[in-house]
Amino acid sequence: MPDSTGSNLPGLLSRYQDRILTDWIAAQSEVGVLRADLMREAELRRQSRSFLSHLIAATKNGLNFDIESEQWQDVRDMLTEVTNFRVDHGFTPTETATFILALKQPIFECLRDQYKDDPATLVNEAWSATVLLDKLGLYTNDIYLRGREDIIQRQQQEMLELSTPVVQLWDRIVALPLIGTLDSARAQIVMENLLEAVVESKAEIVIIDITGVPTVDTLVAQHLLKTAAAAKLMGAECIISGIRPQIAQTIVHLGVELPQVATKADLQSAFAHALKRTGVTFSATKPAHTR
Amino acid sequence: MRPEAGRPEAGRGENSAETIPIRTGADVSRVRRSVATAMAVIGASRIETTRMVTAASELARNTLDYGGGGEVLIAVVGRMTRRKVELVFTDHGPGISDMSKALTDGYSTGGGLGLGLSGARRLCKEFEIRSVPGEGTVVKVASWTERP
Ligand SMILES: Nc1ncnc2c1ncn2[C@@H]1O[C@H](COP(=O)(O)OP(=O)(O)O)[C@@H](O)[C@H]1O
Ligand SMILES: [Mg+2]
Repeated sequence: MPDSTGSNLPGLLSRYQDRILTDWIAAQSEVGVLRADLMREAELRRQSRSFLSHLIAATKNGLNFDIESEQWQDVRDMLTEVTNFRVDHGFTPTETATFILALKQPIFECLRDQYKDDPATLVNEAWSATVLLDKLGLYTNDIYLRGREDIIQRQQQEMLELSTPVVQLWDRIVALPLIGTLDSARAQIVMENLLEAVVESKAEIVIIDITGVPTVDTLVAQHLLKTAAAAKLMGAECIISGIRPQIAQTIVHLGVELPQVATKADLQSAFAHALKRTGVTFSATKPAHTR
Repeated sequence: MRPEAGRPEAGRGENSAETIPIRTGADVSRVRRSVATAMAVIGASRIETTRMVTAASELARNTLDYGGGGEVLIAVVGRMTRRKVELVFTDHGPGISDMSKALTDGYSTGGGLGLGLSGARRLCKEFEIRSVPGEGTVVKVASWTERP
């Protein structure tokens, strides 16, 4: 069934389907695509069989090299599944693309058998097969990179959230020990976590401890001020603690003013201040306040 | 714009220079770390280091946000009695048309606190700024330690 490209590759694929599948799986195991440590053979078999039948379906009405077109939809979906599986299981981009590239040899061998008396056609068909498989191989690369970016972003997000824990110190007093750089993305999460905690624990005092923040520049200061202002809108008072001497000095030189925020040198003094503000007093024998 | 005003002074001793591109927020963090390292090389005090790192953070952020990206040259210039860290921030952005406004406390065209430039000037022992509208901006700051 020659088509617009003059290729008989689609016909060949369905005629030799079983043989191609067997040789392909063998080739994948040989070149090390079957990372037995990362993936079971049964899964590889399933993916290969499924991909091959999608490939045959996509080409049955003629070969079309535009793999972004409608008729390649199912193949693209299958490749996306195959690639994401490999991203999740720790395959390298090369190992992932080899899934497709290992299909070349089995197809070439079938072509050679089919056209052993017609070298001109053999060359043409081999060329078509190469172009097509290279395109599909590159496509896995694109998907791979996209998958990795998603994972990295997700991990960054998770790390950001993990690194901004709000702790309840006392009834109506929450604290947020900040560690590391407070960039805009992180400041956003800090603010959200904090406001959520204010609502949840009906906090009246919020202590933001910046002992672990190495540099307080005007951007960090602005984030702190915004967070304090938002906390205030929710009815909570903000105390910033952990202001080291050199940080206090730089804040002054920068000209940053923190009018609405109480500041304390360390968390203990901030906590003592917070207890006083919420009306908690201690006597030597029994606490005047119980939760 | 050529950073001529900002060429580091030559000197004897353990000189070194490093150029860091400023294209992303992560680059701003990198600049802070490299400046801290340079300040450690000249044996600067904790307070002096914090001042320079904070100023560098401001200037790198401006290079990124207003200059559309650029680079910083971090030079350690060793002399017999004085060891110096020089930072030269260069961008080819829109430049600053009204310098005295830009250096005024609280003036910001980007919704910031407007204390970065003026603050950096107060934080650093040396501060020089040159800007040509339409060509770009070069800011040079320096700090040093004295040896007896
Ligand atoms: N590299 C630069 N290129 C162009 N404009 C700049 C540059 N650096 C600073 N400016 C201008 O100077 C103003 C003041 O800067 P700054 O004091 O750092 O305050 P902020 O960053 O909060 O706006 C900026 O709002 C901007 O208009
Ligand atoms: Mg600024």
